[in-house]
Amino acid sequence: MFDPEVWIMLGRGLLESLYMTLVSTALAYLLGLPMGIAMVVTDKEGIYPRERFNWILGLIINLFRSIPFLILLIMVLPVTRAIVGTTIGTNATIVPLVIAAAPFIARLVESSLKEVDKGVIEAAQSMGASSMQIITKVLLPEARPSLIVGAAIAVTTILSYSAMAGFIAGGGLGDIAIRYGYHRYQTDIMLVTVVLLVLIVQVLQEAGMRLARLGDKRK
Amino acid sequence: MSDDLPIIKIEGLSKAFQGPDGEFFALEDINLEIKSGEIFGIIGMSGAGKSTLVRCINFLERPTQGTVYFDGQNLSDLTKKELYKIRQSIGMIFQQFNLLMQRNVLGNVCFPLEIAGVEKDQAVERAKELLSMVGLSDKTYAYPSQLSGGQQQRVAIARALATNPKVLLCDEATSALDPATTKDVLMLLKDINKNLGITIVIITHEMKVIEEICNRVAIIDKSRIAEVGSVEEVFTRPKTAAAKRLVFPEEHSIEMVPGKRCCRIVFNGNSSFEPIIAGMVLDFRQPVNILFADTKNIDGKAFGQMVIQLPDNELTASRMMEYLRAKNLTVEEVDGYV
Repeated sequence: MFDPEVWIMLGRGLLESLYMTLVSTALAYLLGLPMGIAMVVTDKEGIYPRERFNWILGLIINLFRSIPFLILLIMVLPVTRAIVGTTIGTNATIVPLVIAAAPFIARLVESSLKEVDKGVIEAAQSMGASSMQIITKVLLPEARPSLIVGAAIAVTTILSYSAMAGFIAGGGLGDIAIRYGYHRYQTDIMLVTVVLLVLIVQVLQEAGMRLARLGDKRK
Repeated sequence: MSDDLPIIKIEGLSKAFQGPDGEFFALEDINLEIKSGEIFGIIGMSGAGKSTLVRCINFLERPTQGTVYFDGQNLSDLTKKELYKIRQSIGMIFQQFNLLMQRNVLGNVCFPLEIAGVEKDQAVERAKELLSMVGLSDKTYAYPSQLSGGQQQRVAIARALATNPKVLLCDEATSALDPATTKDVLMLLKDINKNLGITIVIITHEMKVIEEICNRVAIIDKSRIAEVGSVEEVFTRPKTAAAKRLVFPEEHSIEMVPGKRCCRIVFNGNSSFEPIIAGMVLDFRQPVNILFADTKNIDGKAFGQMVIQLPDNELTASRMMEYLRAKNLTVEEVDGYV
């Protein structure tokens, strides 16, 4: 159907997309996980209520969540240049991806941790557990299945964001789709990239769900 | 069992919550002493404040006013760390068991030991010992979701005992269990009290639970303690309206035949092994109508009460009451409702 070079290009695009997605997800969790934990812990009903802090953190998360990704991509270009040294390519795309995904992950983590039974937390408190022990020994382990499902949602969302980065020459499958499908009217190449993206989403989502189910001792 | 020193002493305790219409008092001016080694019941209708009261004992809820002494220590004076430490001497079990669902039974019992910083080998050894005590050695590696309610509560009990507490607080611990399982769990608690000397505080809305295992009981009504006394005393002679409501819950539902005399007979242990009513009927050759009867075994003795309708004949009725009084029973004439 295509020249071998096209296939090689698509393969490279696939690898670039995976690279951006996985690295961004990991870095975004480094930021988003503590933020999500902080939201739950400092909640009015949480184990370490700090209402003002909670309100401000919630506001910051909402602020970043409400900026459309395409606009955020352009807004953070100076930050990207400062950190990576360039504004194009996969490494440059990771910066806006992390900034966009971290607050989203914070909300996912928050909702997972809020599912943990209040009674179990109370039981731990009655045994003299400190707030830190409750986070590491109760909240996170008890919410594990839900956190894994959340991670599957996060990674697939970040993949679709990464494709958008094609508009600013961000590399990956999205970049190829835009260059060939949009600028050169080569719809067939664009379709192949879409199929590849669909396949990756399927695989990641299914793997996440299975992992969550396997690790869940409630059933 | 140690001397008269109370293990828990509550003085002038009040707890206010911020409600939608301003401040609302869940507890007001509570004074209680719980002695070391006893099984103390706190009973009240839902919303009376009993769950808040038990949480004030380990400071899961901080009182708005008043003091809680645990083993002579004023809990309000403690730092956070000291409070964490003291909570290891106060085990607690709950209505919903509150086990960690992602940990197996062994992991759950090890949990408080992990928090207390006990070495893993030692913790596992202690946990296994406790599991065999509550009769669940065969479930060591099962997960809570694979256990029945009664088994889960046994795990919770083993978990609460892991750190060798002096007191075990039970918050409606049997309310989610069926009657047979309730009985098993109560017997287990009784054994723990007897064999390990652990003071047990039981919060419940069921008189049955109190009768079954408690030595003393406090009745809590509308945020205040209405009555405190030995179970015997409160059960046979409730003084306050709140106590009467709990002890004779069926009272209002009994329909009365107008014009007939009724009386309540209270059995107090000595006489209840003797067939008194049957004896009376045979002696007088007159039938009586039993409207309500509820007798049970408390602490080895039999207690209970009965409401009977006496014959129409005034003289026979009066003589029957005398007959019963002569048998050392408390007899009181009741009208309007039983």
